[in-house]
Amino acid sequence: MTEWFNDLIAEFKLNFIDGDKWTWLFEGLGNTLLITFFAVIMGIVIGIIVATVRSTYDTNKESMKKRGGIRYIVISFFNIICNIYLTVIRGTPVVVQLMISYFIIFSFSRNGVLIAILTFGINSGAYVAEIFRGGIVSVDKGQLEAGRSLGLSYVQTMIHIVIPQMFKIVLPTLCNEFIVLLKETSVAGYVGIMDLTKAGDLIRGRTYSAFMPLIAVAVIYLLMVILFTWLVRKLERRLRDSDR
Amino acid sequence: MTDNPLISTVDLCKDFGKLKVLKKINVSINSGDVVAVIGPSGSGKSTFIRTLNLLETPTSGHIYFEGVDITDPKININKHREKMGMVFQQFNLFNNMTVLDNITLAPMKVQKKKRKEAEEIAFQLLKKVGLLDRAKNYPSQLSGGQKQRIAIVRALAMKPDVMLFDEPTSALDPEMVGEVLNVISDLANDGMTMVIVTHEMGFAREVADRVIFMDDGVFVEEGTPKSFFSSPKTERAKSFLSKIL
Repeated sequence: MTEWFNDLIAEFKLNFIDGDKWTWLFEGLGNTLLITFFAVIMGIVIGIIVATVRSTYDTNKESMKKRGGIRYIVISFFNIICNIYLTVIRGTPVVVQLMISYFIIFSFSRNGVLIAILTFGINSGAYVAEIFRGGIVSVDKGQLEAGRSLGLSYVQTMIHIVIPQMFKIVLPTLCNEFIVLLKETSVAGYVGIMDLTKAGDLIRGRTYSAFMPLIAVAVIYLLMVILFTWLVRKLERRLRDSDR
Repeated sequence: MTDNPLISTVDLCKDFGKLKVLKKINVSINSGDVVAVIGPSGSGKSTFIRTLNLLETPTSGHIYFEGVDITDPKININKHREKMGMVFQQFNLFNNMTVLDNITLAPMKVQKKKRKEAEEIAFQLLKKVGLLDRAKNYPSQLSGGQKQRIAIVRALAMKPDVMLFDEPTSALDPEMVGEVLNVISDLANDGMTMVIVTHEMGFAREVADRVIFMDDGVFVEEGTPKSFFSSPKTERAKSFLSKIL
């Protein structure tokens, strides 16, 4: 028993304490959080824009076509752009997108974290857009009609009435998307970014002992997801209270 | 202005695909009129009232409101909707806002009123319908009758020239119908122009000064409530009334 325990201590010391290798994990964790955080924000912004364009086109195409003019042409154009974006981004693996960004599109820059933020943000935006569009569609049609009947424009009605209600509907799904994103960033090591997974792997490569660093990485991911889930649950409860 | 009708339609048609829901509707509504539209379900009553403020785009025909053809694609419909209050069967209060915000949103965003001014109007109207103490509540905390009274207040806060009611009591529990009808009756007494799609025949007889009987997408019969309910002229109106009275 004590021998087993002493082995464990030695392993721990070898993998984390010697040469301050625990700081690698922290550096990696920092990058993982940085990439995830800004990619989430980018994803939400892109998602709202794309979802609004697509649902504006879907709801208003009949009446706009009838009225004709520049507005219909503009919205049709943006709708096509959005569809291409969704098809390409959702049709290719994120690792491939990351490598294309890093080695081709942004080959002039070696700021890996920034490139990762852009790539994961653009990638997440496609999924978030479809989540939001589903949410917009499931807000009762009467809400939009009531807004329009009062003289509010379509955009005003969306901003003040439909989108706030949409957020509440999509929150659980959105939370799920962010959990996926957090773990997806673990492929950042492919282009040499030192994220949490890469840090663990570097330690493993140095010490030739796999158990400690990989389990540590797994536990850290797990704790972050548990914490995040807990926060979202709290937020959901708060939102639900607001209309009771 | 006085000799022009407030709203008039010319050969108004609406199709949903192959289904012709409105067939050449011609009607004029003068300022101060209270018009009740009745008829069996599926007759096109709701579609008719929803086309009046272009919630449904007409397939053909024209709608003139305050002398302007609002079916003209070049006009800004929001400007005209401001002046047409609408009350829905399902209330459609904004679920994400308090009662007060529901009422003040459009006056502030559309008419660019200051918050204080919009709230003053809101409080005045809330007092009138007896719901002043509900200003800070959310719609989900209200009963159906309360929701509908708030919905009426929300429309009135824009100071509309006409109020359109689309079956305002059909989604209510029977004991709440009265409180909503009372509010509408008060409005009629104040001289508000109103178009009301309703199944409440007693109410139509009492409040309306004109009854339109609609069936199968056309106005079958029109008249004062007294003459319509006591001596309907057409067979269809007779059989409809015999079924419901």
